[in-house]
Amino acid sequence: MTSELEQLYQEVILDHSKRPHGRGLLGGTAASSHQVNTTCGDEVTFELHLDADGRIADGRWEGHGCAISQASASLLSVVVPGLEPAELRERIDGFRTALRSRGAIVPDEDLVGDAAALAGVARYPARVKCAMLAWVAAEDALVKAG
Amino acid sequence: MTLTAPDPRALADDEIAALRRDFPILATEVNGHPLAYLDTAATSQRPEVVMDAEREFVETQNAAVHRGAHWLAGLATERFEDARESIASFLGAATDEVVWTSGATAAANLLAYAMGDAAPGSRFALGPGDEIVATEAEHHANLIPWQELARRTGATFRYIPVDDRGALDLSRLDEVVTPRTRVLAVAHVSNVLGTIAPVAELVAAAHRVGAVVVLDACQSAPHLPIDVATLGVDFLFFSGHKLHGPNGVGVLWGRRELLADLPPFLTGGSMITTVTMERAEFLAPPQRFEAGTQPVSQAIALASAVDYLRTVGMDRIAAHEHALGADMVARLSAIDGVTVIAAESGAPRTGIAAFTVDGIHAHDVGQFLDDRGIAVRVGHHCAQPLHRRFGVTATTRASVALHTTRDEIDRLVAGVADAVAFFGRA
Repeated sequence: MTSELEQLYQEVILDHSKRPHGRGLLGGTAASSHQVNTTCGDEVTFELHLDADGRIADGRWEGHGCAISQASASLLSVVVPGLEPAELRERIDGFRTALRSRGAIVPDEDLVGDAAALAGVARYPARVKCAMLAWVAAEDALVKAG
Repeated sequence: MTLTAPDPRALADDEIAALRRDFPILATEVNGHPLAYLDTAATSQRPEVVMDAEREFVETQNAAVHRGAHWLAGLATERFEDARESIASFLGAATDEVVWTSGATAAANLLAYAMGDAAPGSRFALGPGDEIVATEAEHHANLIPWQELARRTGATFRYIPVDDRGALDLSRLDEVVTPRTRVLAVAHVSNVLGTIAPVAELVAAAHRVGAVVVLDACQSAPHLPIDVATLGVDFLFFSGHKLHGPNGVGVLWGRRELLADLPPFLTGGSMITTVTMERAEFLAPPQRFEAGTQPVSQAIALASAVDYLRTVGMDRIAAHEHALGADMVARLSAIDGVTVIAAESGAPRTGIAAFTVDGIHAHDVGQFLDDRGIAVRVGHHCAQPLHRRFGVTATTRASVALHTTRDEIDRLVAGVADAVAFFGRA
């Protein structure tokens, strides 16, 4: 197996894909967005639950798809609690820039936590959409939340 | 482990080794592994003679066809029409029944739009009360054009379902194909399942009620002997790039008397006799359907691809691919957690296998195989309804060609088994 593939499917990613965090929608007043990867049919719905101060209290999701898209949704749900919407927006932008950099930029672990393990996706341009699916849903949910 | 009796017509190992040298791309290495190209059903690879034929034409004979009186234009036109004759001979058809298109999707849309524009009273005129029938196993290219034709004309779209085993369910065929049916569109070979449709039975049912049969031959023309008279269908189409030819060219075949009754789809240059400022009169088929400049060098290259396949022998290619396909289905099915869709359909099949792996998404299986230089397709393969029928959104599909070796199937089977172990570890 190449080191690139080992980087892509790190233990932490396989763990999150098999034992996902934040899975299961809660509904209610959450801002939510459903995103589909049209090339493969993978789907993620991501919910942002805001507290009274407008801070993100919780991120919940539901979906189906490849290990990368599901692990990425799980990892994102770990990142979001406690963030201001503007902070999450910034982190989504940084994550996207890193994944699209073909390896030139590494995701900042201080900002995206264990989702930094998805850095290996940058070597596989066809899989960037998989890794971004939940993050695009969260970005869209932020827009809806105003 | 080969579960099928060896077919004496199948290609011998040394013949395959020699054939492989005709395909320069097969020498490619991926991550230090020889490329195992098992994605011919998506697009096929081209032998050197096909690329040479196109290059030779462009270098020495290129000119506008069917216009211009200079020597080079005459030569180019002759080559273009010779190519049409090669395709006709390949199909057992008459030369003036062969229409060039830009691909299979263009061919299906040409038919659907021309039928939708048929004059009232024409045998093709459609309206409320008429029915168009396809199957649940169609590629979107032989599905959406017919759904849309129904929508535009007010006709009703219906379909022949796929049964639990993956075969077309013909048990209630007479309830789906009825005297209201005007068109029956069906894939000769499913691009997902690799199953061969019971064409004779479908043609009999359609012709009994006066419907025309449109056969999508994209996955059959490159892999099985085709004879339009034996098939008994009314229209047939396929693409060049799946037949070891170039992109941007395809073929629509239709019975002469039926083509003659169809109005044009695209209009413009090269398809007319007389044009005034009020109206135009159209040429007879096939030129009526070939408005504008045609993919000339691609057509010549496609004829070369056809000649290449015929030299190898379509019956021998079919025997080789059938044996590999049966072996592939049996050995993939034997891996714990792997389900080959329609493995037990009962229908004869070609060298295509689409499968799911319990708990592992097709994208991840494909990525794991790709790491070892094994190229397969993952996703819905432009057949979402068929995937929905089996409750999945994506499958991994391996498809063989005349140049596929048993060693490549061994590598596929080992790769899938190892992917099961790898993704199952956490």
